Amino acid sequence: MSAAHMSAHEREEAETHEQRALGFWLYLMGDAVIFALLFATYAIMIPGTAGGPGGKQLFDLNNAALETVLLLVSSTTFGIASLQVKAGNRGAVMGWLGVTFLLGAGFVFLEIREFVGLIAQGAGPDRSGFLSAFFTLVGTHGVHVSMGLLWILILSAQVMTKGLTLPVASRLYRLGLFWHFLDIAWVGIFSIVYLPGLL
Amino acid sequence: MFGRLTIEALPLYSAIAAGGAAVTVGGALLVAIVLTWLKAWKYLWTDWLTSTDHKRIGIMYIVLALIMLLRGFVDAIMMRAQQAMALNAGGYLPPEHFDQIFSSHGTIMIFFMAMPFMTGLINVIVPLQIGTRDVAFPWLNAVSLWLSAAGAGLVMVSLVIGKFSTAGWTGYPPYSGIEYNPGVGVDYWIWAILISGVGSTMSGINFIVTILKRRAPGMTLMRMTPFVWTALCASVLMAFAFPAITVACGLLALDRLAGMHFFTNAHGGNMMNYANLFWIWGHPEVYILILPAFGIFSEVVATFSRKRLFGYESLVYATAAIAILSFTVWLHHFFTMGSSANVNAFFGVTTMIIAVPTGVKVFNWLLTMYRGRIDFHPSMMWSIGFIITFVIGGMTGVLLALPPADFLMHNTTFLVAHFHNMIIPGVLFGYLAGYMYWFPKAFGFAFDRKWGLRSFWCWLIGFYLAFMPLYILGLKGMPRRMETYNDPSWQPYLMVAAFGAFVVMCGIGCMVMQLYVSIRDRKLTVDRTGDPFNGRTLEWSTSSPPPAYNFAVIPTVADREPFLEMKEKGTAYARPAAYEAIRMPSNTPIGVILGAFAFVLGFAIVWHIWWLVIVSALIMFAAVIVRSSDDDSEFTLSAAEVKRIEDERFRLMGTGR
Repeated sequence: MSAAHMSAHEREEAETHEQRALGFWLYLMGDAVIFALLFATYAIMIPGTAGGPGGKQLFDLNNAALETVLLLVSSTTFGIASLQVKAGNRGAVMGWLGVTFLLGAGFVFLEIREFVGLIAQGAGPDRSGFLSAFFTLVGTHGVHVSMGLLWILILSAQVMTKGLTLPVASRLYRLGLFWHFLDIAWVGIFSIVYLPGLL
Repeated sequence: MFGRLTIEALPLYSAIAAGGAAVTVGGALLVAIVLTWLKAWKYLWTDWLTSTDHKRIGIMYIVLALIMLLRGFVDAIMMRAQQAMALNAGGYLPPEHFDQIFSSHGTIMIFFMAMPFMTGLINVIVPLQIGTRDVAFPWLNAVSLWLSAAGAGLVMVSLVIGKFSTAGWTGYPPYSGIEYNPGVGVDYWIWAILISGVGSTMSGINFIVTILKRRAPGMTLMRMTPFVWTALCASVLMAFAFPAITVACGLLALDRLAGMHFFTNAHGGNMMNYANLFWIWGHPEVYILILPAFGIFSEVVATFSRKRLFGYESLVYATAAIAILSFTVWLHHFFTMGSSANVNAFFGVTTMIIAVPTGVKVFNWLLTMYRGRIDFHPSMMWSIGFIITFVIGGMTGVLLALPPADFLMHNTTFLVAHFHNMIIPGVLFGYLAGYMYWFPKAFGFAFDRKWGLRSFWCWLIGFYLAFMPLYILGLKGMPRRMETYNDPSWQPYLMVAAFGAFVVMCGIGCMVMQLYVSIRDRKLTVDRTGDPFNGRTLEWSTSSPPPAYNFAVIPTVADREPFLEMKEKGTAYARPAAYEAIRMPSNTPIGVILGAFAFVLGFAIVWHIWWLVIVSALIMFAAVIVRSSDDDSEFTLSAAEVKRIEDERFRLMGTGR
């Protein structure tokens, strides 16, 4: 629809969603500051193992690689869902959101399994400054992914009940930004936490 | 069931603490009784607490700030009284209590006085100055307000149930860690800051989007008022600096609650990281507070000198430069921590550089006044008092920016004098100038000048009496935060300082009188023009108080001082041929609900009442989900209704009274 064909009300609504998108970008940049500071804190605390285990003893590259695959693929499937929003295929949007949810849930499951395993071998967050920083950085990301999962459920319900209306599509757009942002944060975690920890 | 909350938590350990609790509870009860007596609960709820109108939210922010100013000032005068009498003696406050008082004084004045005051002024004025009907996210605006109020509520409640932190307003570990501070005080401090900090981050985002996306047609960036520019820069800092304090306090909370070792002495902790994280927020915070005040001074000086602001562009660039540089100086807060000489030198140099754009602004204001026709309105007096006093504080700041000098003055009352010398004139005088300047705009009647001037003189003289002696004491080597001391040569200075605090108290008394007199005489001093000071910018073009929609027709801007231009062209009060219907944000109780349960959540974490933590978190989640699924949060004000309101405005303007 070109601008000339829009009514004043529609134009106002389009502007509203544009403002929300900008606001959400700004929120993500603030969230990026949080991650940056957690990364910095982690980096300076790598030596702070207090005689306990370090990354080399604890990290499992296979697990981290599998988590990476799940999350990156989930970003792709979310991308497909976004394309289907544009095409207006309600059923396909629901389907691809469902796939994204399953992949994300798999990621969270693997992370929880890793955390439980570490705690079981006495390497919990209260063992050393290094482990506090590890659990907090990776856990913060995990909490974000879990919130994203909850958000996918809520928006799926909205797609189901309301259809792909302008407000719902605009919410899906912001959820997409959030989901891809978590991918970027995870790439940072994989390359700063897991790879150097093992090499 | 109640975690670690027992009857022991009541402050019966000292008469003074119990008295403070009684005043707090009594004050709350008194307000409740008055509201009931006036049958004002429903009005308060429907017209204010659930409002999404930026002007009402702004006014509520400022009410919160003024209440917290009183509380923070009581703390201040208690400290001054203690130090005036504590030579070789315990004074009247035990150390535990004195430490709580200096901690709560700093926390309140920064987070719950200055922040809400600034956010309130931006809320009321910025949408009016850029010619829009509301902020970008009206509901989020309400949530920000109520999260700030929840944080302030936690600080107030610590006066009645349990104790407040004794770790100073900066809460440095390891002292603030669980090992040395197992009580609830530090937890109150952490959760008050975390909760209100989320609100401030969202306010920052809200204002950035509002200013970037909702300006009236024709208002280019370089046509924005200085206040809007400074609000924009401060909002950018809010959105990107507040995450740092969220991390600092969040990690400290994990240390305390989950036994982690971010900042502990042993087990690989690194307490110096806390100082870095805290001040990565803390230094930009200084500019978050001071930049909007600079904007207010620029407006006030131009209006009351009857001249265009001198060097507008240099002021804008100086503002932006300060905003960027503010992220490069944080280490000067802990030169003595043990960084290498080169690191200290780097941060010393950046600190001195930031004085340059600030100096530029001083010349902007001076040259605006030069050959102007100055009206000595109280706001103008705050501005002049600010310029003179602030330059002194700036010079002591450049002195402290030299690491070798800082090593001598660190942690002395010289530092205390320096930062009060920046923040009282630079921040508080600015907000009070704005408060007295825009009060008639917000309420539609004059704000008494006589009591405003009296208040100014008491504050100014009181300030010099209270803080100049602290410079001398600092040079004599007196550490800050002393509950007792044994050097008799300090006492005369401390007595002068205490007297200064008493004079400031008179200034606050004059502010109360100013409110009382102005409200009493409101029918005599009503202003129908909406433009009592011959204003130059858009906020003066609408009625006072402005209608809910601010502007019946969104103005088109062609100049940096659009309203002055309209008045010169004779189009200022031109009426359109027809009005259009206006979409307005509906009121919603969800902001108050979120604030209330954020308060409960914070309280429950402080006292380890875990079931209540879960319940309140779930309720907050549910409220957010319900609200975020709402597609229709607006209502339409019909063209006929707009016409009726506007007709009434112009009819009253014609009658004058």
